Amino acid sequence: MHLAAADLAALIALCRAEIDRHGEHLSALDSAIGDGDHGANMRRGLEAVFAERDAIAALPLPAALERIGLVLVMNIGGAAGPLYGTLLMELGRALPGDAGAGDLAAPDDLAAPLERAIAAVARRGRSGPGDKTLLDVLYPVQAELVRRSPPGDIAACARSAAHSTGPMQARRGRASFLGARSIGHEDPGASSCALLTAAICGYFEEHRPS
Amino acid sequence: MNARADQPSAPSPANVGIVIVSHSPLVAKGAADMVRQMVGDCVPLAWTGGNVEGGLGTHVAGIAAAIEAAWSEAGVAIFVDLGGAETNSEMAVERLGPARAARVAICNAPLVEGAVVAAAEASGGSSLAKVVATAEELSP
Ligand SMILES: [Mg+2]
Repeated sequence: MHLAAADLAALIALCRAEIDRHGEHLSALDSAIGDGDHGANMRRGLEAVFAERDAIAALPLPAALERIGLVLVMNIGGAAGPLYGTLLMELGRALPGDAGAGDLAAPDDLAAPLERAIAAVARRGRSGPGDKTLLDVLYPVQAELVRRSPPGDIAACARSAAHSTGPMQARRGRASFLGARSIGHEDPGASSCALLTAAICGYFEEHRPS
Repeated sequence: MNARADQPSAPSPANVGIVIVSHSPLVAKGAADMVRQMVGDCVPLAWTGGNVEGGLGTHVAGIAAAIEAAWSEAGVAIFVDLGGAETNSEMAVERLGPARAARVAICNAPLVEGAVVAAAEASGGSSLAKVVATAEELSP
């Protein structure tokens, strides 16, 4: 996994396009078990990151990820802002401070930092596995990184993990107010997380280091 | 931004400040009105509600501005409604840095009743810990 400055700007553009394409779907999922704003919130967050993509891509990778996290926190709002923001900020902090373009040589370079970042998200959301949140995508994705799975497998894992939140009963967030009626609906945060993961994996599948 | 310092001209700087964070600017302002009716001008008070676009929601910059507006050396007690209001408030507090963040508490109490009870306690010059404890008695 070779991440150069141009790659980061391209990845940001890709994530923004993916969220834009699926914004209505994400809001529809959120309408079923929440307040219906997840698509709009995520679009706003990704638009703000996209607007800064050149400046962000010029930073060392840890600082770039921290900046992306902060922009997400300040712009997504809702419950998802602090979760995605914490994920990116902590991921940036967990990388070696001087990690630069190309310093991430393999997916398992990301496994340990991602584990730390996911733990921070869990603390922020006071959530764990099976609570019907984006964590239910993040945990299995991180496990795939530990196994050094190819990007295509990681993307497939993320999608199936998001689907698997359907039968879960929400224990956190507004969906938890519905009790058993939250069962049968995919979690919107898990869904956006899978979309972003799959988009990023698709990029790395196309741009494997030769 | 739907955030407003409901600042009196000269609040007692010794009293704990109160911040109200709701997804709805109408709820936040209404709760602040009730607090003001109860304690007059002797407690620093600010409210924020709505997302960056003015729709229902909360956002970190609005919460941070409200904390600044209600800042007191005695500390600030924050009252929130639903989940995102709490986690976004946590992010805003962390961004204050450790020294100031230690003087801010996000209360586990109902928004309206908590803010009114806390303000009444604060108006007597109680410490942040006492203000928070009094409000949190509402949520056993
Ligand atoms: Mg929502």
